Amino acid sequence: MSGATPDRLAGGTLRASGPPAGAPVLEVADLEVSFPSESGRVHAVRGLSYTVSPGEVLGIVGESGSGKSVSSLAVMGLLPEQARVSGSIRFRGRELIGLADAELARIRGRRVAMIFQDPLSALTPVYSVGDQIAEAVLVHGDGRVSRRDAANRAVELLDLVGIPNAAARAKAFPHEFSGGMRQRVVIAMAIANDPDLIIADEPTTALDVTVQAQVLEVLGTAREVTGAGIVIITHDMGVVAGFADRVMVMYAGRAVETGPVDEIYRRPRMPYTLGLLGSIPRLDAAGRQRLVPIEGQPPSLVDLPPGCPFAPRCPMVVDACRAEEPPLAEVSAGHRAACIRSHEITDDDPAAVFGVPPLAEPEATVRPRQDRDAVLELDNLVKHYPVTKGTVVRRRVGTVHAVDGISLDIVEGETLGLVGESGCGKTTTLMEILGLTPPMGGRIAVLGRDVATLDRRTRKAVRRDLQVVFQDPMASLDPRLPIADVLAEPMRVHGVDRERIAARIPELLRLVGLRPEHASRYPGEFSGGQRQRISIARALALEPKLLVLDEPVSALDVSIQAGVINLLHDLRAKLGLAYLFVAHDLSVVRHIADRVAVMYLGKIVEIGAVDAVFGNPLHPYTQALLSAIPIPDPARERQRERIVLTGDLPSPADPPSGCRFRTRCFLFRSLPEEQRARCVEQEPARDPHGPDHRVACHWARPRDVI
Amino acid sequence: MTGFLFRRLLNYIVLCLLATFLAFSLASLTFHPLDQLKQRNPPPPAATIQAKAHELRLDQPIPLRFAHWMGGAVRGDFGETINGTPITAELGRRVGVSLRLFLIGTVLGIGLGVLVGVVSAIRQYRFSDYFATLLAFVVLSTPVFLLGTLLKFGALQLNTAAGTTLLNFTGESTPNFTGSFGAAVLDRLQHLVLPTLTIALGQIALYSRYQRSAMLDVLGSDFLRTAQAKGLTRRRALFKHGLRTALIPMATLFAFGFGLLITGGAFTEQLFSWYGMGNWLVTGITTQDTNITATVTLFVAVCVLVSGWLSDLLYAVLDPRVRL
Repeated sequence: MSGATPDRLAGGTLRASGPPAGAPVLEVADLEVSFPSESGRVHAVRGLSYTVSPGEVLGIVGESGSGKSVSSLAVMGLLPEQARVSGSIRFRGRELIGLADAELARIRGRRVAMIFQDPLSALTPVYSVGDQIAEAVLVHGDGRVSRRDAANRAVELLDLVGIPNAAARAKAFPHEFSGGMRQRVVIAMAIANDPDLIIADEPTTALDVTVQAQVLEVLGTAREVTGAGIVIITHDMGVVAGFADRVMVMYAGRAVETGPVDEIYRRPRMPYTLGLLGSIPRLDAAGRQRLVPIEGQPPSLVDLPPGCPFAPRCPMVVDACRAEEPPLAEVSAGHRAACIRSHEITDDDPAAVFGVPPLAEPEATVRPRQDRDAVLELDNLVKHYPVTKGTVVRRRVGTVHAVDGISLDIVEGETLGLVGESGCGKTTTLMEILGLTPPMGGRIAVLGRDVATLDRRTRKAVRRDLQVVFQDPMASLDPRLPIADVLAEPMRVHGVDRERIAARIPELLRLVGLRPEHASRYPGEFSGGQRQRISIARALALEPKLLVLDEPVSALDVSIQAGVINLLHDLRAKLGLAYLFVAHDLSVVRHIADRVAVMYLGKIVEIGAVDAVFGNPLHPYTQALLSAIPIPDPARERQRERIVLTGDLPSPADPPSGCRFRTRCFLFRSLPEEQRARCVEQEPARDPHGPDHRVACHWARPRDVI
Repeated sequence: MTGFLFRRLLNYIVLCLLATFLAFSLASLTFHPLDQLKQRNPPPPAATIQAKAHELRLDQPIPLRFAHWMGGAVRGDFGETINGTPITAELGRRVGVSLRLFLIGTVLGIGLGVLVGVVSAIRQYRFSDYFATLLAFVVLSTPVFLLGTLLKFGALQLNTAAGTTLLNFTGESTPNFTGSFGAAVLDRLQHLVLPTLTIALGQIALYSRYQRSAMLDVLGSDFLRTAQAKGLTRRRALFKHGLRTALIPMATLFAFGFGLLITGGAFTEQLFSWYGMGNWLVTGITTQDTNITATVTLFVAVCVLVSGWLSDLLYAVLDPRVRL
């Protein structure tokens, strides 16, 4: 959104005034989709009905595997051949089920468009983005549109979705764009033919929060420009709060609650919806609250037992729930829920309904901070990567300033959240700490020992006390090792004897909330959340003092993420662990951290106690990050004035002079010329703004962002 | 990019020299070209043997001999055979014969191999996929000389059944052929079919397996779904977006496939009595002729490296991510 002011982008201005009347664009009735599988037929969608009116935004919410994507692919006719589809999908009155591929192709992309989850793989790598957008125009042009016109239209569209210098960028290939930029390209493609309906399948899930805010704004623009109905699919009820007109919650292939957005968020009448709402870490909550995880997993859709499919995970389950699957019945005007006890749900506090115990605080935190020993100290840490050129004789042509002088410390039993967008240097910092080798510049001390003084033996001893949990639970466990071996490996490496290992494995599994019987299973048999628990158990095997968590929950569904965050909380209290918690999502950090450091382009721009940083964010970047996080409250969300950062992170090979954030800073742009000069010329120091609150900004000032 | 390709080309010239030097040295060390002379009955006088040895430069160290040969080769003179006929006189014709065989075989192999692979992938686990897989493995596990012999046998049956010579399997044309230009082309084609097939079948089998797996990787990709969501039919999306991307990993393979082909080519030429480079190499070795061996090696090295260079070029054309 180049050149747009924050006012123009405020959430409220993009919304049409209420859902418009008129004949629905899309009517789905009794949709059933099933796939063959080795264990039997999977009934992915079971009798789904909904409608979308022109200009209306319908949010479809549910966990992975609830059938939300499958039902949308059915609308597009993009399901694999072996899928069996029945029921009715009518688009503008025309039945789509049973149409031949050639017929559907005339509708896809022209009348109905789709935006997919992963922008990194959604574009063909071998064609320029301009060509790919032009193709969308040409394929429906029936020979009436010339190549040149299509190319010009592609440039126009790129400009519309906020890609700067569109004419030149149209010639670039997908790999030359960042994730957020690629998602804009996909949106440009979707609106190329002015469709009547846009289906967005988790359009922001793979993106950073700041980019998520940008992409949602672009989707809003797309809706304004095309007047299309939008179906937005997500697992995060926060995302759609300010964007959708109506919400449909899906579980086990069916709609379990549907209604106007304000109604659903204010008075949910199905325990599952309540759980989804309670699982979102909220920025606007005062103090730390326990999240509401929905325990267990969605049921297998091969052989559903009779009764409500949510019954096994439901805190309100009674015998009658298991007798018959409840129909979607009206609870108030336009609000329907599939729960036999829906009239009893009057308490809208998810924590009360799900009965979660209050948070425990670790013992160590009782002692004041200055009396506790430091477990990790970074002093002016520097890591630069050379950029080289040439094959025979390599010569250095530049330097990537990945980490450029950061200082922080963590004391016993404390959690420090390190936040920033992808590419800001978070992971490099972690790798420098985990490497336990002398840094390129500055000092790293783990448990009071300077890593530069370590030899082979002492380094191994320090490793015991410093363990790590990685982001992707799928990739960080060897698929060919049973869980028992996964957990035993670190202990074997450190020479723990056999009996001790055998005794420790069931202990560890219980500690992370898994059953000891699971020890003989393989990682493939577990869900994402369970695998992350296994990774945590592996990290705890050696009873470390400091756990480094690299985006430990960002690959998980929100409902599952809540359970893992709660687990980390409990472990900290139980074992007195210190965490270095790296994340791009500030709301998660708010829930778990005691202190927070905000990183931008290799530098820490704001650091301090959680209450200070979140309660009174002073650096414009922190303010932008906080403002980008959606709040699951439709009324508030619509009124929020969102700061949308323009563009992407500058290249760390060529950081801006003075303050590195100034190129994207809204404050900088609002400053008078003479004050700006200071930002350009002088690098801001980290000045104290309170007892435990430092901010690196020349013109730091408070701003209401939540 | 141009600079990169130019540097690559320079590397390749060095590699060509090295390969030829090694082959030349190996041949010089193992061949005993004077044996034939010595074993004559009555034995020729020592002076004659010495004169021959001097003529063949056997009294010089190998690097010097190589330098002399290479010096000539650069100017287009590849020396003489052991019997005293100039190599250059025969070279052009033989290169022509071999290249005709190899190039047509490669083009057919790549074209049909890619096609078979793509169809197999799109129709995975159907009858056609299983059938293509079976056939490919049968061909891959059959040595070239057996395959050639079987084809010869098949052609014989065909000719007998037709009552006329449809397919020839000796030489690359009928000796002393007289007739119009059209008839001459037809005659050459009749000779060409079997040896080309012998070479192409193996290539088709090889490429179809790789293309099948490359295509399967692409089939599940998101961008194929995006292309369909734009309004392309499945078939069009598969070819325009799918195949185009699945060709990238094949580019590397084409180069090295060509290297393999030359080995098979030697057998094929021998089997069908084509007087090409492969056949010449066999002659060179049996007559203990260093110059022929070195010349053929140089030819093969140039072929392999030119195809490697073309494959670099092809890769850059296919994949924008590697363009510099």
